[in-house]
Amino acid sequence: MSGLTGAYVPGRSPLHRLGAGVKLLGLALSCTALVLMGSPPALGGAAVAVAVLYAVSGVGWAAGWAQIRPVRWFAVALFAGQALTAGLPVAVTSTLRMVLAVALAGLVTLTTRTAAMMACLERCLAPARFVGLDPFRLSLLLSLTVRSVPVVSGLATRVREAQRARGVEWSVRAFAVPLLISVLRHADTLGEALRTRGVDD
Amino acid sequence: MIEFTDVHVRLGRRDVLRGVTLSLAERRVGVIGANGSGKSTLARLINGLALPSSGSVTVLGRDTRKHGARIRREVGFVFTDPDAQIVMPIVAEDVAFSLRRKGLRPEEVERRVQAVLAENGLSEHADHPAHQLSGGQKQLLALCSVLVLEPRVLVMDEPTTLLDLRHSRQFAGLLRGLPHQVVVVTHDLALLEDFDRVVVLDDGRVVADDEPGAAMRHYRKLMA
Repeated sequence: MSGLTGAYVPGRSPLHRLGAGVKLLGLALSCTALVLMGSPPALGGAAVAVAVLYAVSGVGWAAGWAQIRPVRWFAVALFAGQALTAGLPVAVTSTLRMVLAVALAGLVTLTTRTAAMMACLERCLAPARFVGLDPFRLSLLLSLTVRSVPVVSGLATRVREAQRARGVEWSVRAFAVPLLISVLRHADTLGEALRTRGVDD
Repeated sequence: MIEFTDVHVRLGRRDVLRGVTLSLAERRVGVIGANGSGKSTLARLINGLALPSSGSVTVLGRDTRKHGARIRREVGFVFTDPDAQIVMPIVAEDVAFSLRRKGLRPEEVERRVQAVLAENGLSEHADHPAHQLSGGQKQLLALCSVLVLEPRVLVMDEPTTLLDLRHSRQFAGLLRGLPHQVVVVTHDLALLEDFDRVVVLDDGRVVADDEPGAAMRHYRKLMA
């Protein structure tokens, strides 16, 4: 979850100082290059480059692992599936490609403030004004999505604990109904909070 | 100055407030009452989050029905659950979010954010994820995000309900130092001990309106 919840690690590395737009463009180009790399040695070289970037960023290996951890089982399944159907070299390249792309995306998240990301997104979405969309609201949507992950997770934990206390831990309804109500109530208050902070001005 | 004139609020079939008339000019005003007595609705009326079914609410000379957005710029609101009020993932970013549409230069935004965090003891958490703060720190962050807008009036709806005793006391100390007019809805009677005025609501009506000691005696009798 930490990779989605404002995982920014403060720092003064060259990667931290790069603009959000430059990093996102670099990410897009790097991912394209990863797709084009066909051989395990080339991807091995890319893995070394990603490791160097993490070292330069100074965010720490634990933070890097936290980005990859959520996809570890998917990576295992991908590797196994590819190994069985397409052979070992393809399994290695596909899995490495996916893990490196996630690691690079994580590095952008770890070295970029959400506000900088939002500002960049707003600039990119500026043409949307011509079709009546507000770039600020679109970037706010992104930020609220990121912010809501730990909140909804916390609500789910609370509901799960209440379920256990009442001895109905296997009931889907006893989990889904209170969680849905809590999330809707949270959304309602969040809407009011946004109004009090001038979002409807 | 906050004026309620014969305010009625009806939600569905339920009368939440029944003919409330109040003039609040004191610097620190507390509102107490049983659950469902209409306290939170009264608070939400002050910055136009709720509107009266009949009667009027004016804040700083403006009718909340006509000038809701304008009034919300002057009236800050702190909710019970800070998680519902924190919009951005990082502490400093959340405070800065309040200033996004002010047209300030980035350096000025940074200066104001750092100043308000320092005043409220959150400087060292400026770059931390908001969801990793303790409950007390989250409530302070919610307060900082409101204070950075330099409102003239602060309304708080049960701000200490989710805090432990130490953080409640810290919060009460902060309230004492604020120069704003503050209206606090609460069940925490200790928080209101040195307030200027306390209003007691029961079943949507004002049943006592006095200095804290007398108002709380009335409330305790009501709850007995």
